[in-house]
Amino acid sequence: MTGFDPVVIVLIAPAFSALLLALLPGYVLTSRLNVLASLVSLVAAFSLFGVERPAPGPYLIVDDLNIVFIALNCFVGFTTSVFSASYIAHELETGKLTPAYLRFYHGMYQAMMFGMNLAFVSNNIGLMWVAVELATLSTVVMVGLYRTHEALEAAWKYFILGSVGIALALFGTILVYMAAQPVIGEGIEAMTWTNLVARADAFDPALLNVAFVFLMLGYGTKVGLAPLHAWLPDAHAEGPTPISAVLSGLLLNVALFAVLRFKMMMAVNTEAIPPGPLMVTLGLVSLIFAAFMLYRRGDIKRLFAYSSIEHMGIIVFAFGMGGPLANFAGLLHMTMHSLTKSAIFFAVGHIAQIKGTQKIADLRGLTESHPALGWALVAGVAAIAGLPPFGVFMSEFLVVTSTFARAPLIAVPLAFGLLIAFGALFLRLTGVAFGKPVGPMGVSHASYAPLYAHLALVLMAGIWLPPPLVTWFQNVAALLG
Amino acid sequence: MERLVLDIAHILAGGLVLVSIAMLYQDRLTSMINVFAAHAIVLSMAVAWQAWLQDAPHLYWTALIAIVFKAIVIPVGLHRIVRRLGIHRDIEAALSTGLTMMAAMGLVALSMALMLDVAAEADPLAREDLAFALAIVLIGLLVMVTRRNAVSQVIGFMSLENGLILAATAAKGMPLVVEISVAFSVLVAFIVIGVFLFRIRERFDSVDISALDDYRGERQ
Repeated sequence: MTGFDPVVIVLIAPAFSALLLALLPGYVLTSRLNVLASLVSLVAAFSLFGVERPAPGPYLIVDDLNIVFIALNCFVGFTTSVFSASYIAHELETGKLTPAYLRFYHGMYQAMMFGMNLAFVSNNIGLMWVAVELATLSTVVMVGLYRTHEALEAAWKYFILGSVGIALALFGTILVYMAAQPVIGEGIEAMTWTNLVARADAFDPALLNVAFVFLMLGYGTKVGLAPLHAWLPDAHAEGPTPISAVLSGLLLNVALFAVLRFKMMMAVNTEAIPPGPLMVTLGLVSLIFAAFMLYRRGDIKRLFAYSSIEHMGIIVFAFGMGGPLANFAGLLHMTMHSLTKSAIFFAVGHIAQIKGTQKIADLRGLTESHPALGWALVAGVAAIAGLPPFGVFMSEFLVVTSTFARAPLIAVPLAFGLLIAFGALFLRLTGVAFGKPVGPMGVSHASYAPLYAHLALVLMAGIWLPPPLVTWFQNVAALLG
Repeated sequence: MERLVLDIAHILAGGLVLVSIAMLYQDRLTSMINVFAAHAIVLSMAVAWQAWLQDAPHLYWTALIAIVFKAIVIPVGLHRIVRRLGIHRDIEAALSTGLTMMAAMGLVALSMALMLDVAAEADPLAREDLAFALAIVLIGLLVMVTRRNAVSQVIGFMSLENGLILAATAAKGMPLVVEISVAFSVLVAFIVIGVFLFRIRERFDSVDISALDDYRGERQ
């Protein structure tokens, strides 16, 4: 490989800056460098679309599927770093954090970006496992950053459940290797994903079945699928808001990506159980469970954390259904959910800074007291609830219609779950957005640009999807089978 | 000779399961840490035996790491933490010893039935180690579920990881992952000991996570 190689930059930029940011003093400098490093990764990620791809090696690969994930990851990573740079200064003023913690925070932010990018580009199921674990560990310490009772409990729960999940995933990975070894031979070749997909038809189906159950449970814990979701609401509610945004928008996608890789491998082997029904069931359970849980939330970040479980349920459901249309809908929904949910968390971050609380009962009449913020929140919630003209409407519509066309009976609980969630979100929104304003009326000093940028993109996607993007997603959907 | 070689591998892997079960009925933290050290010693013996069997010298490193870090460094560190925090008190287990033992037996039976059947065509050495490894993983989960104390949960998790390492070494010629997973288990242990316990101790008098359970975030 000669000259400009975006894959290397996507990995080196966050890895190098993670070390640098942990060493440098001064939070203003480090927060700016954090933005700069994220920008470099973003540029490299987008240039992946343009440059010629290197042939898949034993460790790294670039294909149509992971480019989408990397670009989305680096984009939300960049906008969140912009938000975080302006947000985090306020946490210092209120004494919630000290400069030393901020240094640590920025270093960890880049370490997490490195872990996620590595998971996407890895062509080796062992390397992918390590990368997912790295991304998890770096978010665990960030969730516990405030060191309050609640933050520590959340981080501890996240750590324990995340580790158990990751341990089950490793067992699944070992079983996949055991299945591959008689066919491909010993060594690194039998852990390379491209080889696994090419030869999976000859693998022992019984071993593959058990392996997939472990992988689904292991990585499914990280996707936040019910009943393995217990860590997710706590981790979202108690960590710094920029971390809630990347957790929902990005980290869940990383685990989902791992599930998709293994699903593609399973689909090749016709004698093994089809992975679809398991994913459809887990997706539906998560959707309906989370939809009901939305009703009794008292904490605004917890509310949106449950909404993330609901949407991951929809996405896993769509990929479980399979076929070009449902896969297309799943990809689109994943992109839209990442953008919308991180926008909502940006808005919630502003609100929490102004009001000094996350309790829904203490948040009232935001459209009156802070119109710019209040209406942005209304737009975000309308988008995530699946109202037109936003992009989420389009993807949910595709999921529902494609399901009705193929399996009307499954579509009934799906539509039911969507409606329940819709009602819950609006029930909570009316109080927060309208009514008589209460509490402190200050202004938020954090930047509104990332919030509006995300909402604009989601709105644009709802009205007009660029044809190259549609073609790209169609290719990937066909690839996913 | 062939038979004997296999039998020794089985004794070592089965011994690891026994030590896992012994972990279940320890009612003091210090003895629990000692049992974990024994777990690590048996693991390193099992791994070293596999290294010799498979003629895979890199596995000796795994065995060495297991004995140095898991059998010496981490137990010594944990003993120090426990002493400094003054929690040599009894561990309160959520279930009675009898019930947990029954559950553990059920889990061992389950993993034998499942893995021996599923991996029927695999190499017998790998197959039986895999069955034992699954039993160790499940018992590790059981330890984590039944204990309420942060230190014993960490020990449960580390014993679970030992099971994974046994599985990884049994899979013939499995590359990289052995070293990486060992490095990670060390990292995990350090993060837990350094960051969490330290922080929890800083804020609370006890490391018992049920003290944290008071807060659920949903109450208003």
